[in-house]
Amino acid sequence: MKEFLASVKKEFRHIFRDRRTVLIVMIMPVIQIILFGFAVSTEVNRVRVMVCGDMSDISVMRITDRIDNNRYLEIAGTLSNPGEIEDVFRRNEADVAVCFGMDFGRESVSPSGNARVRIIGDGSDPNTARMTVSYVAGVIQQEQQDISTSLAGEKRPSMAPVVQLMYNPAMKSSYNFVPGVMGLILMLICSMMTAVSIVREKETGTLELLLVSPVKPVWVILSKLMPYLVLSAVNFASILLLSHYVMEVPVKGSLILLSAAALVFVITSLAIGILVSVISSSQRTAMLICGMGLTMPTMIFSGIIFPCESMPEVLQWFSDIIPAKWFIIMVKKIMIQGGGLAAVAREMSILTGMAVVLLAASIRSFRTRLQ
Amino acid sequence: MDTELNAIEIRNLTKRFGNFTAVDNISFNVRNGEIFGFLGANGAGKTTAMRILCGLSRPSEGEGTVAGYDIRNEQEKIKRNIGYMSQKFSLYPDLTVGENIRLFGGIYGLNDRQIREKTEEMLSMLDLRQERDKYAGSLPLGWKQKLSFCIALIHDPRIIFLDEPTGGVDPETRRRFWELIYDTAEKGTTIFVTTHYMDEAEYCDRVSVMVDGKIAALDSPENLKTRFSARNMDEVFRIIAGRAEREERP
Repeated sequence: MKEFLASVKKEFRHIFRDRRTVLIVMIMPVIQIILFGFAVSTEVNRVRVMVCGDMSDISVMRITDRIDNNRYLEIAGTLSNPGEIEDVFRRNEADVAVCFGMDFGRESVSPSGNARVRIIGDGSDPNTARMTVSYVAGVIQQEQQDISTSLAGEKRPSMAPVVQLMYNPAMKSSYNFVPGVMGLILMLICSMMTAVSIVREKETGTLELLLVSPVKPVWVILSKLMPYLVLSAVNFASILLLSHYVMEVPVKGSLILLSAAALVFVITSLAIGILVSVISSSQRTAMLICGMGLTMPTMIFSGIIFPCESMPEVLQWFSDIIPAKWFIIMVKKIMIQGGGLAAVAREMSILTGMAVVLLAASIRSFRTRLQ
Repeated sequence: MDTELNAIEIRNLTKRFGNFTAVDNISFNVRNGEIFGFLGANGAGKTTAMRILCGLSRPSEGEGTVAGYDIRNEQEKIKRNIGYMSQKFSLYPDLTVGENIRLFGGIYGLNDRQIREKTEEMLSMLDLRQERDKYAGSLPLGWKQKLSFCIALIHDPRIIFLDEPTGGVDPETRRRFWELIYDTAEKGTTIFVTTHYMDEAEYCDRVSVMVDGKIAALDSPENLKTRFSARNMDEVFRIIAGRAEREERP
């Protein structure tokens, strides 16, 4: 045990004496969260709405007011001619335009139901356009309901569907990227840093010195993993704090369950790190393998950017072997939906299975290398 | 086999990697307290043989003991009783001199008091007191080699393996390093050394020369020179190694 602690202490010294490593380990999670949080935001926020129609019409005015008072929307201005909308979009003065038909106020209360309103989005950015348009439509639909309620004196049954997004009413993208970034960072810290640190000792020849000592090879490896286990715990905590206080992402489920899921994922990643270190002969190779072979597939196949469900079937199978995918699903279920152990039992057992297999394989392959 | 007399006893040792026989049926003894030179061109199989002796690799065939323990299944015990210094730089450059000593003391299971004593002893012997808190990477190469030699001896091993310990230093530094080796041997530690420098081979009590995975010659430098009627070990080595059939592997 004393032997083990001596080498763990040494491993920590290596990390804290190398400024690059400290920088990567401590700063990267913060940068990633901030980058994804503010730069790659796809949520509905401060959407500028251009209103086009008869501004003296009482109904038009009421809807305009409603839009203006909405948290996520603001009125960019009014137009009298629908032909000007294109110019407004081109000059980037509005994100969405609402066009009211002639005699909108009178038609909206008449039984003929000929009141026409058109919502025009800027399709050059399809994701944002789809989201803002449906959000504005929702606001107008509420007005429509209020009108019918006031006409009949009571709420009349209506066929108009009311869309509600559970768990994430404002469609905040942070609900998607926080679990994603968490998976990505734990993966990077655990596999890349571990692989590089083992390969570094291979390169300098010091690994030989450790192996020729009475410390068993398994303990040599474990002592190299320990610091990264600790660091990933620090990162896990800092991501949670950042996402809770800066991004306002809730942790609805059990924090213990979430930590347990993270631990299993971290062990999986550490095992991958050992495997990479066995097959790579230089630090550069190890970094390349981790970058191209782990980070890229994790980004693409874990559902951070593209939903797995819309991929061709073959790629979906492929995405199943990415450990990060299962971790991210679990994080979403626990953090955002507030699911318990039963809700994540399937993902948890798949990930645990991966951890066991990879850990066994990595220790085995490390031993074989010694023969 | 009398382990009291011999530090290392090897019988019919063979190591194969697939079709390639790196070490081909070698047998030899190393006596206690002896300085044993283990020579051979690159690829002759000496690194492989040495790895087996250090417990880093298992033999395909053959048997033997190192420090009285079986090379086939008592590797852990062997490791406790040997020291090892590699041809490459074998300290952690980003740890200080003191931390390096502490680390290896810790790995070899010394307690805090023993580590403190050893540290003091080592630093005063090598005249490195001033450098205690400097990074090992900043030391001149000659000092690094002396320091790693002493660190390899931190747990008082019975045998120390030196894998080309003096690579890359000038003759004067090499000579002083050998003084250190002599001092250690006089205290009863067995020295097993591989080297490229034939003048160093002259310093050994006995020398073995490996060619194509076999031991082609094994005797004292004096006897070898007489047998091959050569003026120095360099000529002896060239005569013996000149018979090699296997191509040199980098």
